[in-house]
Amino acid sequence: MRGLWQLTWIEIKIFLREPLGALGTVFIPVIVFVAMGKLGTKLFQPSELAASRAFRIDIPVFAALLIAVNAVLSLVSIISIYREGGILKRLRATPLRPQTILTAHVLVKLILSAITLALTLFAGKRYYASGDNVHAIGFTIALLISVCSILSIGFLIASIVPTARFAQPIGSVILYPMIALSGLFVPLRAMPPGMRWAARALPLTYCVSLLQGIWKGDQWLAHVGDVAVLAVVFLFCTALSSKVFRWE
Amino acid sequence: MIAPKPIVKVSALRKTYDSFVAVDDISFEVFDGEIFGLIGPNGAGKTTTLECVEGLRTRDSGSITVLGLDPFRDIYKLQDRIGVQLQEAQLQKRIKVKEAVHLWSSLYRKPAADGDRLLEQLGLAEKRNARFMTLSGGQKQRLFIVLALINDPELVFLDELTTGLDPQSRHAIWELVRGIRARGKTVFLTTHLMEEAERLCDRVAIIEHGKIIDIDTPEKLVNKYCPERTVVLTAEDPRAEAYFRGIPRVEEVVRKEMRFTIRGSGDDLVTEVIRCLSENQIRVSDFRTVLPTLEDVFLRVTGRSIRD
Ligand SMILES: Nc1ncnc2c1ncn2[C@@H]1O[C@H](COP(=O)(O)OP(=O)(O)OP(=O)(O)O)[C@@H](O)[C@H]1O
Ligand SMILES: [Mg+2]
Repeated sequence: MRGLWQLTWIEIKIFLREPLGALGTVFIPVIVFVAMGKLGTKLFQPSELAASRAFRIDIPVFAALLIAVNAVLSLVSIISIYREGGILKRLRATPLRPQTILTAHVLVKLILSAITLALTLFAGKRYYASGDNVHAIGFTIALLISVCSILSIGFLIASIVPTARFAQPIGSVILYPMIALSGLFVPLRAMPPGMRWAARALPLTYCVSLLQGIWKGDQWLAHVGDVAVLAVVFLFCTALSSKVFRWE
Repeated sequence: MIAPKPIVKVSALRKTYDSFVAVDDISFEVFDGEIFGLIGPNGAGKTTTLECVEGLRTRDSGSITVLGLDPFRDIYKLQDRIGVQLQEAQLQKRIKVKEAVHLWSSLYRKPAADGDRLLEQLGLAEKRNARFMTLSGGQKQRLFIVLALINDPELVFLDELTTGLDPQSRHAIWELVRGIRARGKTVFLTTHLMEEAERLCDRVAIIEHGKIIDIDTPEKLVNKYCPERTVVLTAEDPRAEAYFRGIPRVEEVVRKEMRFTIRGSGDDLVTEVIRCLSENQIRVSDFRTVLPTLEDVFLRVTGRSIRD
């Protein structure tokens, strides 16, 4: 993995130089999250807030998921742009291994998402009475597992979208409905059977279940199933994209 | 003379895109320490050939050996020892010149060449802090040449090295490429500029429709395909025309007032004309010879029509 750190570092710098790069990915989620929290404290009494499932669990999990999905979408579009512009090919004509190039991009996204998430949760701490029983480390691990599997889906998308112009829209069309059906807005129990069946087939549903559970303070044992599904998704997508990925 | 040692050996290379045959069963060798050029019309298969040799494209059949390695199987070992400039490439829009150079020098196992010196040599020193997207076309091209040379490679591939460059840059790059050869390295390039091939290459291969038409030194190719010589002179002597027509191997004498254009073939034509002038004491006020160039060879063997 020679060159991994140099490449990762340069890619972070390049990303932050993008107009809206730092602002769009790091600060906007923080601002939105805090604004929602502020609104909540205006509209409701503290006791109501503490009792509200939405404020206790769903919004923080939603924020985490959204940051992850946005990171993946941005990864998909960067990979497509790099491929179309011949940048990937130019990088591949050096001793850089393909895995190194892709890992660097994943790392960039992970690092930026982690920073965003930490800032978001920290800034919103006052407004979201998640209690002290949230296990930061546990939640981070759960999030990492989720992000890895979503990233692998992203790579699969990046492997097959034909042009950079379609990368972002196609990615959105695939990923955003997954959020809608993930059980975050409508619990699985309340869905009609057909929808529930569809929701069960989507990987994000398992991310939500895992993230909600760990945020609430569930034991890991209760979520072995979720982790297993996400691991399978990860392995499947990674294997498939390594077969169909195009460099130019 | 010691037999030249081949650094690149290609035999019976074939590459198709779907049903289109881009490279059709070609074989050639590039020798240690030479500048080898691949010339041919658009779409002839130069880039395809070069990228198969670099290990960036898979071949359908045939064998390729580069520095004793198979460019497809041993790609990583090979990439440490070669430098590559692609015909069409981009870098990250917002990467700075110095960052690119720094990144590239960190990728190779052996100590890198002096990046700052290379930037200097290619006139990019002032652009060290510029972002890639703000560079002009020629500056980008020069940056890619810097990157191709950053690991001080034993073998450099340059695909259309001076496309889009001004004469100053072109000459600077020719000097640079000769410098690479002077240090015992090998250069494998493609070009559309026949002047470039003629001035720079020790040997050139002419490729068309995926087939190699001929491989030789530029001079030998000129002698072989364009043996004609032309002498243009001005003489006021009324007897001149008849004498000129009597010179052996003269094919045509065109007279326009006092100006004669004498065409013939063979190396001896010029000598024969001079001998004729002195034996017959013909006074000339102007004399010049027009020799065919590699460009004439190129147009003759590949035809004059534009390629699709
Ligand atoms: N990726 C590809 N897919 C399909 N056809 C291709 C591909 N790359 C090249 N070709 C075709 O193969 C032929 C040879 O292309 P190549 O790029 O090797 O030509 P070239 O000699 O380098 O031309 P130029 O002087 O224009 O750079 C062309 O007809 C081109 O259309
Ligand atoms: Mg080409």
